[in-house]
Amino acid sequence: MSRRSALRRAEARAALGFLSPWLVGFAVFTAGPLLASLWLSFTSYDAIGEPRWVGADNYRELARDPLVLKSLGNTLFYTVLHVPLTMALALGLASLLVAAGRWGPLFRTVFYVPAVTPPVAVGVLFLLLLNGQSGLVNRALRLFGVDGPQWTSDPAWIKPGIVLMGLWSFGTTLVIYYAALRNVPEQLYEAARLDGANAWQRFRHVTLPMISGALFFTLVVNTIASFQVFAEVYTMYFGTARTSAGAEEGLFYVVYLFRQAFEFLDMGYASALAWLLFLVILLVTLAQVRLSRRFVHYEGRR
Amino acid sequence: MAAVTGAERPPPAAARVSGRRPGGRRRGGGGVVAVAALAVLAVVFTYPLVWMVGASLKPRAEVFDGSPWPSTFVWHNYVTVFREIPLLTWLLNTGAVAAAAAVTVTASSALVAFAFAFLRFPGRELLFGLVLATMMLPAAVTLIPTYAIWEAMGLTGTQVPLWAGNLFGSAFYVFLLRQFFLTLPPELLDAGRVDGLGHLGLFRHVVLPLSRPALVISLVFELRASWTDLLKPLVYLQEPHLFTLPRGLKVVLDRFGQGGEMRWDLVLAANVLATVPMVLLFFAAQRYFVQGIATTGSR
Repeated sequence: MSRRSALRRAEARAALGFLSPWLVGFAVFTAGPLLASLWLSFTSYDAIGEPRWVGADNYRELARDPLVLKSLGNTLFYTVLHVPLTMALALGLASLLVAAGRWGPLFRTVFYVPAVTPPVAVGVLFLLLLNGQSGLVNRALRLFGVDGPQWTSDPAWIKPGIVLMGLWSFGTTLVIYYAALRNVPEQLYEAARLDGANAWQRFRHVTLPMISGALFFTLVVNTIASFQVFAEVYTMYFGTARTSAGAEEGLFYVVYLFRQAFEFLDMGYASALAWLLFLVILLVTLAQVRLSRRFVHYEGRR
Repeated sequence: MAAVTGAERPPPAAARVSGRRPGGRRRGGGGVVAVAALAVLAVVFTYPLVWMVGASLKPRAEVFDGSPWPSTFVWHNYVTVFREIPLLTWLLNTGAVAAAAAVTVTASSALVAFAFAFLRFPGRELLFGLVLATMMLPAAVTLIPTYAIWEAMGLTGTQVPLWAGNLFGSAFYVFLLRQFFLTLPPELLDAGRVDGLGHLGLFRHVVLPLSRPALVISLVFELRASWTDLLKPLVYLQEPHLFTLPRGLKVVLDRFGQGGEMRWDLVLAANVLATVPMVLLFFAAQRYFVQGIATTGSR
């Protein structure tokens, strides 16, 4: 008996050894900074001098700053369009991949390539593709007799252009759905067909519940990523050739946070911005988890 | 993970007899329509990249003519781009940083994943839940204090902060590797124990050699993540000779592109050089990319 508990203690000690990189990293690079940024959000800090306690000043400023609302609005606009459009596009194409049988994996490869393109390169590329006069997007629209908008300079079209750019890199979501769809047991479709279910009913009552796990996962992950879009928009609209329209409509939340912290060196204020982002993401994720409970319950009942 | 390659397996005999393989209803006439639709969409999705490569080889005045095919191939664009900007240095920097990031994160995450997969200790489930929770934490929240840490160590302005955090493992890879470790046959571990291997011995001589696919997944994912990252190089690097490609590319865009000299041929050449290694990596390690994504997507 005591020998067994001695063994168990030895195993726990060994585990501590194996876990030590993560434990140290968690303390130093996750938990520590998380608390430190909360503290910094109540200070005035320029990264050179010592942080100076200013109470809730940063949060009062947050409520007054029109650019907070602007950047949060831009980011929400993007998220609300990007996430469902990506999911719909990926699901549509994943269904086509399944329907294409043995050709599916080949096309999966082709559609995934944009997702390995570096975001900065994507930003540069879309700056040119979306160019109002000579960009490929408007050239393509012209083929259909549509006179495309000035995607990169008309304030009303900058964000839709960014949404379009985001859709191009939908490959990861596609790969997840393709794998999920191929995991749906064929017998379920056979049974549904015997019950006289038509194609829509089979999709609605067999496919959707069976891939609801993948749908939920991509919903959460894509939403969190959308709130943190940075590299592509920063590349396109910030730098030496900043235009006022781009700086306004392309001001996504993390771009604003980055500029406050590392361009204006207002790190206390940027920390308050970071905590607002953290709370927004947390609330949205929790809401999605609650939503998913109904989802999962529904699947269980069927 | 086997499910990923499921549809490439030959159909069971019974399905063949009835003339219907699994997924058979999705083939035949429907299959042709699907392949045709996919072919059209594939052209739409890859056209921007094809155009990018073509435009990078065009004479300067032709860049915007919409054609993916240069009237004359100006290979010299690539000579110019190497001469005018320190592209070779940036390529080497990016490669070195990405390699360091990938190796460190894989080694450390494998150690941690081993503990979660094979060792019993109090609070294991709770701690693993914490690992998963940190995946959801936005990087922006810890960015500023992390910067302060590297600043206090005198390491801002060097490439160290771009990879050294990876020495401590990363939740995503811990999760990925643990999932894979759990699929290893327990008999093999038992055999190792019978042979007198300790935990470290099991890790090195049994688990690691059997987990090569998962380790490769971790390596290629982090290579890609590090190679393409802009935020960290933007925060930590000031001197051009230390830049990584994304950081340098932004400078090239600002200097030669809009508002600059309007040398889009050069900007695109640099763009191609930043993208091609990732496309090659993806083609070389495609199966690992797909497996890795499917593993994380199916939890």
